[in-house]
Amino acid sequence: MLHIKCPYCGMRSQNEFSYGGDASVKRPELNKEISDEEWDNFVYNRKSLRGKHLELWQHLFGCRQWIKVERDTATHEIFNTYKADEEIT
Amino acid sequence: MQKYSIFNLVKNAFSNHENWDLAWKDPTPKEEYDVVIIGGGGHGLATAYYLAKEHNITKVAIIEKGWIGGGNVGRNTTIIRSNYMHDENALFSEFGMDLWRKMSQDLNYNVMFSPRGIINLAHSDAQMNAYARRGNSMRLNGIDAVLLNREQVKEIIPMADFSENVRFPIFGGLMQPSAGTARHDAVAWGYARQADSMGVDIIQNCEVTGFDVTAGKINGIRTSRGNIKTKKVGLCVAGSTNILAEKLNMTLPIETHLLQACVSEPVKPILDRVVTFGAGHFYISQSDKGEMVMGGDLDGYNSYAQRGNLPTLQHVLTEGIAMMPFLSKLKMLRTWGGIMDMSMDGSPIIDKTHIDGLYLNCGWCYGGFKATPASGWTFAHTIAQDRVHELNAGFSLNRFSTGHLIDEKGLGTKTWIS
Repeated sequence: MLHIKCPYCGMRSQNEFSYGGDASVKRPELNKEISDEEWDNFVYNRKSLRGKHLELWQHLFGCRQWIKVERDTATHEIFNTYKADEEIT
Repeated sequence: MQKYSIFNLVKNAFSNHENWDLAWKDPTPKEEYDVVIIGGGGHGLATAYYLAKEHNITKVAIIEKGWIGGGNVGRNTTIIRSNYMHDENALFSEFGMDLWRKMSQDLNYNVMFSPRGIINLAHSDAQMNAYARRGNSMRLNGIDAVLLNREQVKEIIPMADFSENVRFPIFGGLMQPSAGTARHDAVAWGYARQADSMGVDIIQNCEVTGFDVTAGKINGIRTSRGNIKTKKVGLCVAGSTNILAEKLNMTLPIETHLLQACVSEPVKPILDRVVTFGAGHFYISQSDKGEMVMGGDLDGYNSYAQRGNLPTLQHVLTEGIAMMPFLSKLKMLRTWGGIMDMSMDGSPIIDKTHIDGLYLNCGWCYGGFKATPASGWTFAHTIAQDRVHELNAGFSLNRFSTGHLIDEKGLGTKTWIS
């Protein structure tokens, strides 16, 4: 069982969250000419890293906020959690 | 190679079975091969076998990081089926069914193929309609499909919950009578033994650390046991696809996720079919040892852990108990996990790549085991002829950019949603 620290509510069990995938994927800017390749990279292609992975989760059965979680995909260690709009340095 | 037969069994009994040949050798890697297959799982072994058998290419090495049979080929729930709606998946899988039926004779190894039939349960009128449609599509592609009503299902699996006031009552089901199970370890060992006997080098405990690519052409691979020269490399590494793709500067429409399975304590024969729950994701069969073999959903987030998490297991088994209440009385014997190469439309990729001599076999999602022979057969063809076979033409890598997706379940790109 993962324990995820929601930046709004504190430490909660994994059962309260739903997964939202790779948080490093950026939607191409609106109204900008983009190539098929850029669109592919947004919609389909994923790095699926082994190790540190920045991902989206939603505290669905809690405050319903989207958050970012930095987690190791091999050990499940959670290093840090952020608000969805928080700048990560 | 010693043939496995009743005569050899009796003959070896006189020497206490101490003089059998090793099933496959443990060679040191040579300097150069015609083809190197990375990944000694079912698909890699089958590819090497069909390269030797169908295309007469025997200077082949299989490079395996762990040991033969230690990955997903020994971690699945052994289900074999071709109950797909879309032509690409249906024709490919049905071609595989033929290979499954002949496999024990072909490999001189009893893979215990048991065509016991699979029943997908339906729990609403809408689901019955959807199954009728899928069954019709299957029959148009020459695959056996039978739509069963509630009474017919009850006759076949009376132990399921047919009471009136359940949350998901059984309306009926879609059955593929020719589907079934096989002993997964035997499939790996059988392919390994035959490939080895035809000259393929099976190199275990050897990790690929890099690739030599110059001017868009593959020239060799680097491994923990030295460099190997080759003009053709086939990737068959399932959940590790992204790790090797990164070394090739490729980003693929694949995410690695964890899928769990479990078996109960062995009990007397009660279930002689494969059954899937239609209101969730749960499948069950009974092994020859008597264990109930069960599986279901992904853990739900990217994972390379090869071991699962309890909330998913609890969720999956709750569905199992809803379907067959007697399961609640059984004790759990083992649970385990394997890492899946989940593609973005739920269908596999068997194709060439933009690198000359590099071939890709991945994206098997929940259904890698049953595809073993057909995947090996078509991948061997693709490597040997340097072009795809019509059976795997649809499983192209560029279908994601051209829009020719094969989205069997209509789930889209969120592979963790089940």
